Amino acid sequence: MYATGLICRECGTTYDAEARYACDVCFGPLEVHYDLEAAKGAVTRESIEAGPASIWRYRALLPDPGESPVDLGAGWTPLRHAPRLAAELGLADLWLKDDTRNPTGSFKDRVVSVALSVARRLGFTTAACASTGNLATSVAAHAAAIGWPSVTIIPFDLETSKVAMTAVFGGTVLGVRGNYDDVNRLCVELVAEHPDWAFANVNLRPYYAEGSKTLAFEIAEQLGWRTPDQVVVPVASGSQLTKVAKGFREFRALGLVDGPDPVLFGAQATGCSPIATAFANGSDVITPQRPDTIARSLAIGNPADGPYVLDELRRHGGDCGSVSDGEILEGISLLARTEGVFAETAGGVTIASLRQMVERGTIDRTKTTVAIISGHGLKTLDAVVDQATHTAVISPGLADAEEALRFTQLVAAS
Amino acid sequence: MSVIVRLPSQLRVVAGGAAEVPVEAATVREAIVAVETLHPGIAGRVLDDHGALRRFVNVFVADEDVRFLDGLDTVLEPGQTVSLVPAVAGG
Repeated sequence: MYATGLICRECGTTYDAEARYACDVCFGPLEVHYDLEAAKGAVTRESIEAGPASIWRYRALLPDPGESPVDLGAGWTPLRHAPRLAAELGLADLWLKDDTRNPTGSFKDRVVSVALSVARRLGFTTAACASTGNLATSVAAHAAAIGWPSVTIIPFDLETSKVAMTAVFGGTVLGVRGNYDDVNRLCVELVAEHPDWAFANVNLRPYYAEGSKTLAFEIAEQLGWRTPDQVVVPVASGSQLTKVAKGFREFRALGLVDGPDPVLFGAQATGCSPIATAFANGSDVITPQRPDTIARSLAIGNPADGPYVLDELRRHGGDCGSVSDGEILEGISLLARTEGVFAETAGGVTIASLRQMVERGTIDRTKTTVAIISGHGLKTLDAVVDQATHTAVISPGLADAEEALRFTQLVAAS
Repeated sequence: MSVIVRLPSQLRVVAGGAAEVPVEAATVREAIVAVETLHPGIAGRVLDDHGALRRFVNVFVADEDVRFLDGLDTVLEPGQTVSLVPAVAGG
């Protein structure tokens, strides 16, 4: 364990490793700090490779989870080579970080496993969160697995499958008549009234966010201990993108990987694109937006980590895509039919943004590119059921079948 | 006119533990200044050196983010609640 405590990203004030999320001095976000000098040489490729096939192979570079982590098996998801999608987009070397393959179907299992492990070590006994859906599902599942009650708070009108996938674990699910930004604000006020609840993304936020570093760790390790040239990351609050950047930097600081920092690219839906808009305008100020997009998991109109995302995108000459609902659905379909991976709407945003940034030349077609596919398509079935349906409905007779197949490419018309 | 300023847990220490502070104010800026007069130390935590809202503080008037209204110049109605809430990422 090399985590030393918490530090304010804005003013540098330091705190002990406790349940605290905002700086007392300036309200800036707190981040876990590590003694990387001490870790250098002690954390090696071999020591990591000897660890479990989960995020906990990187335990030395994560917050202290206590005796044993709260673990459903998050992480160590496949990094898939995607030659067919690459050919479709005109890319030389494309990889998909397939985080649909997590225990509850999204990358949120990484952050929740870390947050609830720390929460248990700190003595909490109730799990909670503000969520656009995927986080709620993961919190409810991990809480159930350790016998904790959970209180998950979501916009009431989320996708049917996300509500069901959360409620099935038996916790309390509060649907709020409002959008995610209303839910987030409510939870910041609730945590003041219930300081004994571990809100994964509020009072446990500094620890929670660290879990996303494991995306970068895994990508680098799975590429054979080298950094990719370019990474496309879906952006909601911006926490994932900033932590992916941090993960690659930590690996480089420890001498674990070959290659420079990757250029990072963001992906947003136009219906909720406050960061893409600020990036395009060359602005440092994020103007909040009222979300209106089918990509509900990315529908955060007032992204708290937005300024840091802009810094990361600009650091090495990145870009940020902004795509319509129609393009999102095309992205889901393109990914599914070329690579056999079914992504939720956020994955459609990533693929459509990738295509957009390749076409406008900000993504280099010749370089190694990784796209993060953050959640499974079963979570947002509502979005695709109209277009993904039977080719034909027929009676169980040979003539009917042959007649229907005449209209497909499988059987030539006679 | 009288409005209520609701403080986040981080600021209640400065206000002697109070979660809500009633003040006389016609705008959000006036409300923050009025709280500062009663409990010195609060304005500097909410506003930066130029008197603008710090970027990790959200202010709500009647549950609406003032960034959708007129910011610190947002006009207050009598009896309205001004909530100061730290910005927190993560969904």
